[in-house]
Amino acid sequence: MAAITIPTPLRMFTEQKKVVEVTGSTVGQALDDLTRQYPALRDHLFNGAELRRFVNIYIGEEDIRFLNGLDTQISADESLRIIPTVAGGKGV
Amino acid sequence: MAHRVKLSAALQAQIIAQMEAAFPNEGGGFLLGDASGETVEIRDVIGVENTSAPQERYHRYAMTPLDWARMEDEAEELGLTLVGYYHSHPHSPAIPSEYDRDHALPNFTYIITSVMQAKAADLRAWRLRADRSAFDPVDLQITADNGV
Repeated sequence: MAAITIPTPLRMFTEQKKVVEVTGSTVGQALDDLTRQYPALRDHLFNGAELRRFVNIYIGEEDIRFLNGLDTQISADESLRIIPTVAGGKGV
Repeated sequence: MAHRVKLSAALQAQIIAQMEAAFPNEGGGFLLGDASGETVEIRDVIGVENTSAPQERYHRYAMTPLDWARMEDEAEELGLTLVGYYHSHPHSPAIPSEYDRDHALPNFTYIITSVMQAKAADLRAWRLRADRSAFDPVDLQITADNGV
């Protein structure tokens, strides 16, 4: 099975698991399986059908936005990692 | 869920010095510690370069995703966890903006330092609600030593 590494603050939604095994042949399907197992994660990863802008999915050192996005094909034993972009600011 | 954060006076001084040095731009970094109990105990603060576009740094702070990955791995090697992050609001209150909320995660401590005239004017801690609707203030306790 493919595996997804969960960022520290979101492990409160995965029973403190750092790595969750998932099924799927694309990144999108793997994330669907992850959020099916842990539904409370979904709102923090997605805004509607789109990944939130500060949520990045990496395969090794490659950001899937520079591959084929959620349609990126993955192997059965692929290791994915969810990595937030830390960003903030006072507004306008 | 913890609603109290302990930060030593020495680490608070480290944050303030970095935020004042970054003025009039925003600065920031990671908070490492222990969030396993009722109280989040901050054991270290690690400043990280602001990677926002230079012309945006007066009101934006950002790190790269690889900064996060590196820091998360290093914290775990030290037996710590990533418990939050800090940044500054130059010429602005230590209150989260909508931009902050859009980019925030729950179960994470956000320390914001207001910097006025190159001097830290206020420093407050916040946590995002689980439904992402708002930040709540957190009781920030400044301890005299580096032990908690």
